Amino acid sequence: MNNSVNIQQLALNLGLSILEYNLIVDKLGREPNEFETYLFSAQWSEHCGYKHSKYYLKKLNSSFESENAGYVEIGDNAIVFKVESHNHPSAVEQYQGAATGIGGIVRDILAMGARPVALLNSLKFGDLKESKVKKIFNGVVSGISGYGNTIGIPTVAGEISFHETYNNNPLANVMCIGVSKKDELMSSHADGPDRLMAYVGSKTGPDGVHGASFASKEFGKEESPERPSVQVGDPFAEKNLIEASLEIMKIKGVEACQDMGAAGILSSTSEMAYKGKLGCELYLDKVPIRQNDIKPWEIMLSESQERMLFLIEKGCEEQIKKICDKYMLEFAIIGKTIQTSLYRVFEKEQGKILAELDIDVLVNAPEFYKNNVVPTSFYINRGRKIPSIEESADSILKRILAHPTFGSKRWVYEQFDYQVGTNTLIIPGYADSSAIWLKGTQNAIALTIDSNEIYTYLDPYEGTKNVVYEAARNLISIGAKPLAITDNLNFGNPEENEISWQFEQTIEGLISASRELNTPVVSGNVSFYNSYKDKSIYPTPIIGMVGEIEDITKIINKKFKETNDEIYLIGKQQINLEKIGGSLFLYILKDFIGGEIDTVDPLSELQLHKFILELIDKRLVKSVHDVSKGGLLFSIVETCICSNLGFEGNVGSTIEELFGENQGMFIVSISPTDSSKLEEFATTKKIEFKKLGKVVSKEKGIDIGTHKFDLEELNNIYFNSIPNILEDNRC
Amino acid sequence: MKIIKTAVLVFPGTSGERDAHFALQRNNFSVDYLWHDFDQSLEYDLIFLPGGSSFGDYLRPGAFAKYSNVIKSIEKYVLQNRGLVVGIGNGFQILTEVGLLPGGLALNESNTFICKDVLVEAINLETPFSNSINPDNNTFRFSIASRYGRYVVNNNEIDENQIIFKFLHNPNGSSENIAGIVNKDMNVFGTMLHIERSCHPFLGYDEFNPIFESIRRYLTRE
Repeated sequence: MNNSVNIQQLALNLGLSILEYNLIVDKLGREPNEFETYLFSAQWSEHCGYKHSKYYLKKLNSSFESENAGYVEIGDNAIVFKVESHNHPSAVEQYQGAATGIGGIVRDILAMGARPVALLNSLKFGDLKESKVKKIFNGVVSGISGYGNTIGIPTVAGEISFHETYNNNPLANVMCIGVSKKDELMSSHADGPDRLMAYVGSKTGPDGVHGASFASKEFGKEESPERPSVQVGDPFAEKNLIEASLEIMKIKGVEACQDMGAAGILSSTSEMAYKGKLGCELYLDKVPIRQNDIKPWEIMLSESQERMLFLIEKGCEEQIKKICDKYMLEFAIIGKTIQTSLYRVFEKEQGKILAELDIDVLVNAPEFYKNNVVPTSFYINRGRKIPSIEESADSILKRILAHPTFGSKRWVYEQFDYQVGTNTLIIPGYADSSAIWLKGTQNAIALTIDSNEIYTYLDPYEGTKNVVYEAARNLISIGAKPLAITDNLNFGNPEENEISWQFEQTIEGLISASRELNTPVVSGNVSFYNSYKDKSIYPTPIIGMVGEIEDITKIINKKFKETNDEIYLIGKQQINLEKIGGSLFLYILKDFIGGEIDTVDPLSELQLHKFILELIDKRLVKSVHDVSKGGLLFSIVETCICSNLGFEGNVGSTIEELFGENQGMFIVSISPTDSSKLEEFATTKKIEFKKLGKVVSKEKGIDIGTHKFDLEELNNIYFNSIPNILEDNRC
Repeated sequence: MKIIKTAVLVFPGTSGERDAHFALQRNNFSVDYLWHDFDQSLEYDLIFLPGGSSFGDYLRPGAFAKYSNVIKSIEKYVLQNRGLVVGIGNGFQILTEVGLLPGGLALNESNTFICKDVLVEAINLETPFSNSINPDNNTFRFSIASRYGRYVVNNNEIDENQIIFKFLHNPNGSSENIAGIVNKDMNVFGTMLHIERSCHPFLGYDEFNPIFESIRRYLTRE
């Protein structure tokens, strides 16, 4: 493979473009050799190189990609968090795809020196009636269950929705949260030459080779030879790696840490050295391998799971080795940092040199930027007329409750250990967010993850803003102050004009919402090429948000507490009928996706958040729930079901008032003796409010004036929604 | 108040050790963690085997843990009747694998992991683990979190008085609704109920933990 045609052909076969190949030759001043070409194919893949997103991401967060994850401070603690996707692997091999997705994000948090304390997930599936989707759904849920439970980290919250757009491209996004003392955070930057690169974890095999470039391709174009690029996870090794890494990081002389994720040894070593403005040398004979016939480039690109890279000073090898022996993990010094900014790979020390590259060239994949124009589909969708609905509210409600997006997710979350660690203050199903106790203090971390693919499809800019505000409302509802954001941007093929526009709009929406809410985006991930046979998924930015609870005795959930308590609607009072586009009832009843979505009014929204937090802080209200998907009636019904109590009052008379989705609404319940205080307080703060009704016994059911519902019947529909569809083989 | 000296065993893959530590300390038990290779005599009042997935649950839960050094020390400790042993979740699975408790734990009837709260009734109140339970107030809510949580045992392997807890609604297909048992000498207790998660009102449970309370009463009475 020495002549130029072959190398060029290899580069193309490995997924590099001719443009990229020429750029490499140009920058190196020579043609790369075969081994080096493999390195470029992985390091310059979309997955590692952020080629189509870098330009935008830099606007979002100036320190983009600097560390493994971002963090916020609560007291003495650093709360480290990030969300990541494993969409492509989950599409091909659900169990391992989802499992290794958890493994990867957990190691990102761990690499920061934090003990992982909670997991959340956002899962998107196609039409659950399809047998293929049932299989994917089952596999992803059991993969999360199998891996997450075994490593002893609770899965405390999540969101799941079902839409045809995900039939062939499920989304499996996992968020992990870790806690460290502020002064014990670990960097991923090398801080000097002649430090040793220590390999800790499982052995390296050829699994997951090309995983990074695999995640940078579309499905369904041709049966690509890289299909089996899914890694296999070993949760036992991960659990050992967690404990071992936390012990290793306590050793003086351990200076940096990096997870061996996408493009494994290659990207972890090159990025660690590059971030320290250094170079490095690697000796491949030192890498612990699982089989002898593995090729040198496979060692470099392997995505074998459960491996970490530590940068250490000479002299602490023995201490680290002892810890690795205790936890049955491999330990090896595989290279060192050097002053010259070169990336050198040797077969063995003083042996044949396989690669010698300018590290700047290797690490910095080119940036692509398009001048985006608004696609016509945006105007067409917006102009579509909202259909009128003839069905009765009774029948609509039951159809909505039976839809798996609305039905109870108990079938899923009961398969996740949500309590291990005994820090979980709010368990799934009872509130809009979860909360993790920082033991030894009165503080807790509030956590939520949110998205709305229909909003973000119809209007990526306003839709993304709505999702960010919705995440903030989720935190507000339990009494938490929103602090910061992590995001996973799931999109189709970025080379398409429409997708590129969607992406830019999403970033712009994210920037403005995060500025308005004063919640910076501290970490994130991008997943492109979520498409099948040239059809891309709806743009799906998934927003994870972290908040602070100062006094855990004030935490509140959404459950109604006592009969005769009064229920108020706080915030927006009158549904804006012009802006109920994207409401889920339209999709479920009429398969309609169109119209104009509601927009957030930042000033009044921020006032509203402050007001709700004050109500909770004064212990005036007994429950808070924000009104979101499914509109006002669904919010009331879901609350009644989870509280096992009824409702009597007036919610609205038209279908749009009952089920239409608008932004900026909360429902609270309050003791009747306190309701005048609430009304006075709201009046002085110029917050709009209205008494909707009161809590009644479950026997009385739900009476909204125009309709009456039997709670037992709604209960059955709600809790059996997912199990019924899974068991129904006729569909 | 007398300090009860407790050892919490930690195997590779154990994840409930810190939960046990927190709960035991709240109940004024002192806690030492013991790594699974500990081979000395166990000078403790209580040995606590916490939950998790020792050795990744490979082969089957508890199958590898039973070969750890510390197990020999436990066998001696139990035989010499020096103190009490509690096994929760994976700890219970290990104790049945070792043979210190009868029966075994099989895959849940649902074939899935189950995490939820369950109601149980205490039916034998004359053991070191249940002596403080009031017969008029003997129903408790505890959490379960397991995939191999279905307790299976033949009638001839267990006496009625060895059963301490029974499920009110069987969540996983356990024989005879059994939720917690002791050995014949009544110094080893095993259950899939995560009793250590019931230790703090913030976490949604009563402050009062009947099992820790009973252990204290038993050990301080002697």
